[in-house]
Amino acid sequence: MRTIRSRLIAIGGLLVLAVWQLIPTNVTQRVRDPATGRMKDTTIRRVPINLGLDLQGGIHLALEVDQSKGPVPDCADAIQRAEKVVRTRIDEFGTSEPVVQIQGRCRLIVELAGEKDPARAKSIIQRTAFLEFRITDMKNLFRDALPEIDKALRRAGVTVAGQGAAAASVTQLFGTDTGKAKGKAPKGKAPKGKAAAKDTTDLNAPGALSSLLFQGQLPGEYLVPEEQVPVAESLLARPDVQRLIPRGIELRWGTEVLSRAGRSYRTLYAGEDRPIITGEYLQDAKATRDPLTNQSVVNFVLSRRGGRIFERETGRHVNDYMAIILDGRVQGQPPVIKSQIGQRGQIELGAKPLQDAQDLALVLKAGALPAPLTIIEERTIGPSLGQDSIRDGIRAGVVGVALVVLIMVGYYRLSGVLSVAALALYVVFTLAGLAGFGFTLTLPGLAGLVLSVGIAVDANVLIFERIREELQHGKLVRTAVDEGFKHAMSAIIDSNVSTALTAFILYLVGTGPVQGFAITLIIGIAASMITAIFVVRTFYMIWLDRRPDMATLSV
Amino acid sequence: MIRLFANANYDFIKWRRWAYGLTAAIIIPGFALFLVRGLNYSIEFTGGTLIQVQTAEPVGPERIRSALDAAGIRDAEIQQFGAANEYVIRARLGRADAVVEGSTETTAAAVDSALARALGPSPDHYKVLRTEAVGPKVGRELQGKAFLAIFFSFIVTLVYLAIRFEWRFGLAAVLATAHDILSTIAFIRYLDLEVSLVVVGAVLTMVGYSLNDTIIIFDRVRENLRKFRRQNLYEILNLSINETLPRSVLTHGTTMATTVALVLLAGEVLRPFALVMTFAIFTGTFSSIYIAAPLLMYIEKRWPGEDARGARALRPAGSVPLTPPPSSGGSEARSKAAV
Repeated sequence: MRTIRSRLIAIGGLLVLAVWQLIPTNVTQRVRDPATGRMKDTTIRRVPINLGLDLQGGIHLALEVDQSKGPVPDCADAIQRAEKVVRTRIDEFGTSEPVVQIQGRCRLIVELAGEKDPARAKSIIQRTAFLEFRITDMKNLFRDALPEIDKALRRAGVTVAGQGAAAASVTQLFGTDTGKAKGKAPKGKAPKGKAAAKDTTDLNAPGALSSLLFQGQLPGEYLVPEEQVPVAESLLARPDVQRLIPRGIELRWGTEVLSRAGRSYRTLYAGEDRPIITGEYLQDAKATRDPLTNQSVVNFVLSRRGGRIFERETGRHVNDYMAIILDGRVQGQPPVIKSQIGQRGQIELGAKPLQDAQDLALVLKAGALPAPLTIIEERTIGPSLGQDSIRDGIRAGVVGVALVVLIMVGYYRLSGVLSVAALALYVVFTLAGLAGFGFTLTLPGLAGLVLSVGIAVDANVLIFERIREELQHGKLVRTAVDEGFKHAMSAIIDSNVSTALTAFILYLVGTGPVQGFAITLIIGIAASMITAIFVVRTFYMIWLDRRPDMATLSV
Repeated sequence: MIRLFANANYDFIKWRRWAYGLTAAIIIPGFALFLVRGLNYSIEFTGGTLIQVQTAEPVGPERIRSALDAAGIRDAEIQQFGAANEYVIRARLGRADAVVEGSTETTAAAVDSALARALGPSPDHYKVLRTEAVGPKVGRELQGKAFLAIFFSFIVTLVYLAIRFEWRFGLAAVLATAHDILSTIAFIRYLDLEVSLVVVGAVLTMVGYSLNDTIIIFDRVRENLRKFRRQNLYEILNLSINETLPRSVLTHGTTMATTVALVLLAGEVLRPFALVMTFAIFTGTFSSIYIAAPLLMYIEKRWPGEDARGARALRPAGSVPLTPPPSSGGSEARSKAAV
């Protein structure tokens, strides 16, 4: 009894764990808003199994550094730069979770689930990277213009109430759309002068825009709560707002997401609209750790001409902050210019890890030495095809499993029912394994899953046949069951391990969909061993426990 | 209670020469055809462009062919795919007229615009469901990888079986699996199935499945060798095959149920995979009985030794020979008489 109970607890625990993995969860996805064409976050509930591109539709691209116009000496380095560049453009894709990864030494894989326009995706990926250095808004021209912008927005009928969930709830709470929203945001959160500046200029300002912005640590840096970024983006894109942004100032989003007091903020920088220097003058960049101070630094070298330009510009901007912008995105926090810099410069990252310095060096090099990419493989799968595949796959699966159930119950009667119950657990465990380890279910994977149901009962068949043999030799039911399990074990283990080894090789050698198939097979084998041996054994134990005097076994 | 083949006592091994003849009759012509004409590799392996389109009405492959001809894409293969209004267009690399400007993705665009001109604008008159454009390099790499996968799975299996059983068993099992691969190639050639990476996956799964089946029988052989020390290997093999027969029928039945469901219902993309798996069940079962078991007998005769992990280490000197006497007309009868 004791062992039965602990076995049941183990099975129950596994089942709870498995079901836990499969409970639909809220997943935030970035999708393209059909009305405005902008990316926005939406939350949907779904079972957390990743579907491969072949099931949900999308684009798979394999790219390599283009060597047609002369050999590239270090393609591994070049592909890292390319990866960095493609990553900075991730938001431009119309897809929820783009996959950008380096495969092997010098190949880049980009997977865009749900993306429908391959031409657009390719142009985004293959566009040459553009690097520039710009001085941030040292005179706070943008900040000073904020009250005017808020006023214009109010005139245009844009109120805080219409802007976002947080602001809307505030207005509902107090029954008025002025004052409170402003009071909530800038006074409560903004540490520095912006709130004061706004308050003095316009007491009635609801601050449609300014309520979204918090002053950052350096001039021209603002923090926007992550969930308000789309609102801020749409406000800033309005022509009436654009007109009021001071001459010579341009706004650029940063790549970094900062978390302060449990909330995530995106950085927004106001900077000069004219770069002091661009990537074409940059020759090299290297990340090192300064042995004396133990600080991470990036050393960079400019061309001779670039050195002259940089010397002149930095001389004019000592103590100003310089934003490093790759493809329109500010990379990291802008460093301060401590003194005039010539052909060779150094960016100090202080106590930050060397990894950050290496990232920054990669950014600089990406702008200096663009790595043109050539597409060596492209697959586009329409969403309807993926849906058809899922539907057909599930239909085949249901029919196949129904047949297996029919055979097992028809042939083995009650024991067959036990194995079918174990088979149900098997399916749950396999799906939970896929979800829990974050593996991707592909179309061949779906086939592998269906196939594995047929193979999974093999262990039970082996055991049941053994039990029948033992019964035939005149053994008692209880002994027959024990012996049956014992004798079938070596065959089950040897056959499953050799299949798993083959699947593992398939995983190592295969790509994408085939790897999905191999994974499904391996998880299936593991789950089938657990259910066929452990679970069915437990069922038998309970059964024999209830009917100790059982003379014949329904097998 | 239903019992299939309970207490069966067929002399399987006796029919081995007939079985050799049958499998040779399947493999040799198929393999000859394979050597002459090669296999129908998917564009993943050859490099090239594949476009699957769905037209508003079933226009027929001829209409698509003329549309492509007008655009100068002459060597493309056009095939109806599943439904009557779905077609797959393949333009392989290495056929000069099939590929535009050497680049596989520009070919996709060229096909798209050719269809738009001939059938009308895209969403209303036709839809591109899927495109694949594979450069020559990727194809070559994949060919190498597929070969490596099969090769390594052999090595790993040999090692595993050598550890768990004995090298003689491992060799017999691997040779039986090699037979399965040959017969599957013949099968693929007969049906002219397209060899994609997924089909290679099916072949590897078949390797696993067939091995699995061989191991179940060998496991019984190992056990029976220890149990019945006075019987010769010929009889023990027959006994083991007969004892595992109900299991074989049941497991192959359930697996077949799922593969047939996949063949009939899972759609065009998975059909080659499912067909290969269905065939794999036959050849895997066949080879476990008629290739692996007789081979084990042959290997045991050729390199006699302490078989099955010393199962017979305690065999008294001058006991019954392990294998039937040299094959001649009445060898089976005589070996039976020896017990």
